Amino acid sequence: MSTQNLEETKAPAGTTAKAPLRERLAAIGISSTLHIVLLVAGIAMVFPFLWMIATSLKGLPQLLQDPLSFWPDPWTWSNFTEAWHAVPFARAYLNSLYIAVLSILGTLVTASMAGYAFARIKFRGSKAIFIVFLATQMIPAQVTLVPFYLLMSKMGWIDSHLALIVPAMMVNPFAVFLMRQFVLALPKELEEAAVIDGASRWRLFWSVILPNLKPGLGVLVIITALSVWNSFLFPLVLLNSPELYTVPLLLASFTSQFGSVNYGLVMAASSIATIPILIAFVIGQRRILNSMAASGLGGK
Amino acid sequence: MSATLAEKPARVKTRHFSAQGPFPEMRKEAGWRKRDRAWGYVFIGPQVIGMVLFVLIPFAASLVLAFAQWDGLTNLTWVGFKNFTDQLADPLLHKSIINILLLALITVPIGLGLAVVIAVALEKLKTRTLYLILFFAPVVTSTVAVAMIWQQMFRSDGIFSATIGKIFGITPPDWLGDPKLALIAVAIVSIWSSLGLNVIIFLAGLQNISPAVIEAARIDGAGWWSLFTKIRLPLLSPIIFFSTIVAFISSMQTFDTVFVLTQNAGPDNATRTIVYHIYDLGFGRFQFGPSSAAAVILLVMTLVITAIQFGAQKKFVHYEDDAA
Repeated sequence: MSTQNLEETKAPAGTTAKAPLRERLAAIGISSTLHIVLLVAGIAMVFPFLWMIATSLKGLPQLLQDPLSFWPDPWTWSNFTEAWHAVPFARAYLNSLYIAVLSILGTLVTASMAGYAFARIKFRGSKAIFIVFLATQMIPAQVTLVPFYLLMSKMGWIDSHLALIVPAMMVNPFAVFLMRQFVLALPKELEEAAVIDGASRWRLFWSVILPNLKPGLGVLVIITALSVWNSFLFPLVLLNSPELYTVPLLLASFTSQFGSVNYGLVMAASSIATIPILIAFVIGQRRILNSMAASGLGGK
Repeated sequence: MSATLAEKPARVKTRHFSAQGPFPEMRKEAGWRKRDRAWGYVFIGPQVIGMVLFVLIPFAASLVLAFAQWDGLTNLTWVGFKNFTDQLADPLLHKSIINILLLALITVPIGLGLAVVIAVALEKLKTRTLYLILFFAPVVTSTVAVAMIWQQMFRSDGIFSATIGKIFGITPPDWLGDPKLALIAVAIVSIWSSLGLNVIIFLAGLQNISPAVIEAARIDGAGWWSLFTKIRLPLLSPIIFFSTIVAFISSMQTFDTVFVLTQNAGPDNATRTIVYHIYDLGFGRFQFGPSSAAAVILLVMTLVITAIQFGAQKKFVHYEDDAA
């Protein structure tokens, strides 16, 4: 399985260069039309974010009298300080961050181990167990919501991050499937030399497979980060104390606390929750986009 | 050609011997295979334990709970199929089922159709990073934040309603307060937030089509439209099919958006979905039995609809003989 490169097109052999002028002009015309249409569509796509930021800087009088004007007048930065202090945002970011980091690390280790075993080690039941892994992907997580909650309360993990972290570290059938695909794509010769040297499976996995699995691990980091960071239903059910809330959970509680009157404040809270993620996305966009494409195709 | 044919019997022989283990050298070491098998179980161990503990046991429990009456505190009583007959007669469940099917039928064709068009357009351009970022930004944003942003835009004095009102010369609609419009509002948000993901998946699929195939068709005189309908679309169809299934299933599992955007389930349960129904029964009313029955109904629906889609794929999906 290969990683994607979404930003470049393989040039079709022998076109452009020697094409007649009329054809080249037509091509330029088409591509500039496409650029204009896509730019308009793209700005429309992010308009809700622009509106969020603009609204977050508006004061209550402007929101009530002239709710349709785009530019804040006057610029009201106090929405941000007020939103930041009204609820424990810093705490929520810290919670989300360490839950995500631990879940990702756990997934990387357990899923690449399992993916390697399913791809390369022959043991009894390997096929049957792998089929169970594939089949469980058909069970929506929400189907097990109630029993999962009951199990967590039996384990004393309600209102504890353990209920989010441990299961995320230990079970992710799609990640196992994906890592198996990446291992299968590695040449078998990689391991052969090490086997002749008498290396154990663990050594083989740790010092031969893992270093070669970096592209796959990168994909896994990104898809796990996105799903863990944005997960909402399970944290909603499992966590009660506001100081344990993740960012989405805290944000959802913000509206119910501050209502819909001063929505400049609500949009400031949304900005606090989204802008850092959007900046991180723009910085890492190349890897993120290619990883998402690869994982989307990997499940084909 | 004949050389490989001559080699074939020899190859089969080595394969027969090496069936003892992945590498011929290992056969010499008797204990290796045994230990290797043990390593296999060690390697899958954590995920298998997680699977049993956090997926299979809860799954079995939900199948069992669906036949019981329990609030988590008092004694559990068995009620047979009562939860199912109650649920199947419950107008709230009917509404949830109709809503998720409507959501899927609105969002899947529009969302994927738009994504194909945008992906085809993007593939024609040499520089496209900016557009990829713009289209994908909603995908990385938490569904809760997305719902809160759109909640402001959908207010009757909000920018989206006002714009729609101006364009069509009507009074700005109250999207979230009107039971007829609330579900459409949810559909708009879910198309918007998943569009970028489908665009990049389709774009990657288009890029994987060999330029030689396109070139060959072009030399045969195929124009842009016939290239699209006869080459690109058929070669993309396995990916479109897979995305259809994923999008359909995720529409059927909508929760975050209706919970935040339409504050619980909208006016008069206009945006109630099955997952919201499961949540409401389980954690709003602590009726674990009926909630589990509704969950089983969701599972069965998911399986049936996926099976129908797999049945339909033979007609529409084109697979290359040797999968690339």
